[in-house]
Amino acid sequence: MRRLARWLPVPVMAGALLAGCAPDGGSGVQSAKLSAIQGRGKLICGVDGKLPGFSFVGPDGTYSGLDVDVCKAVTAAIFGDPKKVEYRDLNSSERFAALASGEVDLLSRNTTMTLSRDAAGGNGLSFAPTTFYDGQGVMTPKSSGITSLTALAGKPICVESGTTTELNLADRMRELNVPYTPLKFQTGDQTYAAYLGGRCVAVTSDRSQLAGKRTNFPNPAEHVLLPDVLSKEPLAPATVNADPAWADAVRWVTYALMQAEELGITKANVADRVTAAKANTNQADLRRFLGVEGEFGKQLGLPADFVVKAVSAVGNYGEIFERNVGSGSPLKLERGLNRQWTQGGLIYSPPFR
Amino acid sequence: MPVSTPGPGAAANPPPRWWQNRRTLPWLVQGIVGLLLLLLIAFLLGNLVRNLSAAGLLLTWRWLGQPAGFDVSESLLPFSPDLPYWRALVVGLVNTLRAVIAGLIGSTLLGTLVGMASFSSNALLRRLVRVYVEVNRNIPLLLQLVFWYFVVFLSLPNGTAAVQLPGVVLAKSGLYLAGPGSGGWELPSLINGVWHAPLRLSVEFAALLTGLIVHISAFIAEVVRGGIASVPRGQWEAASSLGLHWWNTMRRIVLPQALRVIVPGLNSQYINLAKGTSLAIAVGYTDLYSVAETTLNQTGRAIEVYLILLTAYLAIDLGISAVMNGLNRFVQLRER
Repeated sequence: MRRLARWLPVPVMAGALLAGCAPDGGSGVQSAKLSAIQGRGKLICGVDGKLPGFSFVGPDGTYSGLDVDVCKAVTAAIFGDPKKVEYRDLNSSERFAALASGEVDLLSRNTTMTLSRDAAGGNGLSFAPTTFYDGQGVMTPKSSGITSLTALAGKPICVESGTTTELNLADRMRELNVPYTPLKFQTGDQTYAAYLGGRCVAVTSDRSQLAGKRTNFPNPAEHVLLPDVLSKEPLAPATVNADPAWADAVRWVTYALMQAEELGITKANVADRVTAAKANTNQADLRRFLGVEGEFGKQLGLPADFVVKAVSAVGNYGEIFERNVGSGSPLKLERGLNRQWTQGGLIYSPPFR
Repeated sequence: MPVSTPGPGAAANPPPRWWQNRRTLPWLVQGIVGLLLLLLIAFLLGNLVRNLSAAGLLLTWRWLGQPAGFDVSESLLPFSPDLPYWRALVVGLVNTLRAVIAGLIGSTLLGTLVGMASFSSNALLRRLVRVYVEVNRNIPLLLQLVFWYFVVFLSLPNGTAAVQLPGVVLAKSGLYLAGPGSGGWELPSLINGVWHAPLRLSVEFAALLTGLIVHISAFIAEVVRGGIASVPRGQWEAASSLGLHWWNTMRRIVLPQALRVIVPGLNSQYINLAKGTSLAIAVGYTDLYSVAETTLNQTGRAIEVYLILLTAYLAIDLGISAVMNGLNRFVQLRER
């Protein structure tokens, strides 16, 4: 019995640990997460932090990028001030755990939307609209002379572990019956360091990420993207399934940025458009969108003029794109699939009604 | 049983009631405490299950049988992406064990040599050994691994420029070792600018192994030094008065006696080494942790994957402890 008594504390401690792991249940009409954010006075946004164009820390310590602007837009929609946000740098393996545990409120970190990540039986995320339609690509040094995937037979390829990229690579190479060696690293830094160190003849990731990382290489011109696109990579902000009201708020702030571009509302003219909408009662669509009338904001738990606040902070979707990854940036990516639907792209906001 | 039988003495000194019985009382208390404890555990487990099912995370193991869908860079067992997750985890476990076993052998040999060298009569060697030990045991293992991989092994040249030693070729594409091949003993050979050899280690494995061996051997050297220092000076003097040289004294007289002190100390260093292999992911080696992490990301089964990881590392470490305890009993003085 004394022997047993000595071991008694063990299950108690283990039990306490297990109980500690249990997440807080509970979801209601009123978003618990949104109340928590408002109470805290700031939004905590999970980003990559090391990917030029999407989320990158500049020399002055401030974050910038397309993903960062989504964080800012949501923050501005809640608080009216895009500065009330705190960023957490997450690697691809940490991101879902950080979101599920509530360490971050919103994950805006070039994350591909997939079935298993969305499903309640999988990662249980709730995705906002796609903010960047991407595809997986492969980058090789120009000097290697490699121009196709089949030329990579038997060669080591660097890839970040815990990404869809890792699986797509395995799928495509199996399809093509090309044997290869995947070298997996935990962080993007290690992956690109091994590639630049010459351990791999190729590195694979989303094409936008490759283009972004390349701008930081010692000699960007010496690296080329293969023409092959291995997969669809719709990159979208995400929240957890457990709080649908918070997910709705994030979803519609994101749509608002897209709708603003469609309506030609920019950071520069948004104030004038509000004045015009207030003066003209006939522009019902615009008045509802800008929160002059109706209660869209209230339905989402946000201020009535959340669209105005978001657009004044970061501009519309087109402005965000051009500033961070488009013609106004070192990445110089084409809009491509990321054009408005009216111009043949996939950016399409449902009606604000 | 005169006490329990009712009789004339019973009225003066009544038998103790069952709850006053000194024999049953401790059992009763233990029983109540045990019951409360069980209730507490049941409550905690119930709480866990309720919250996990609310979050859709109830423990399930069915995913283990589904195809993994990812590839591994090196494996002693045959593996392809259409094999199930459990096979991938086994591949990772085997790779981990491979690093553990090779690391144990390497660090024991190197550590023992270094520990012995600190009793050398050569002052320069003794100083060098101190520097080796202090440098290697005071720098974190992760830093050392990253150094060996990114700074040393990734700056090796490829092809004809590779570092060629007798029977060993060090190249960026891997370490090529001579060994028994199809036509007898084979040396590494260069065919069309690519090295071929009977035995090839990836630079990831080589970097992990080098880092582990160098780091842990510094600790083992200190354990060995302590063990040798515990052997009374008279043993050395007696051996040299018999005309034995330093090496023979060390090998036949001192080391066997020092083992009694060394073996218990080695145990924790071996366990440190086994745990240290989980840093392999920093240098791209496919160990158990690396496979488990990919599995976790693809399946979202965090609790299950971590339970597997915890169990596996616990089993490896307890296994090492069991072997070392057996060895300890073997080398101890038997008192007759």
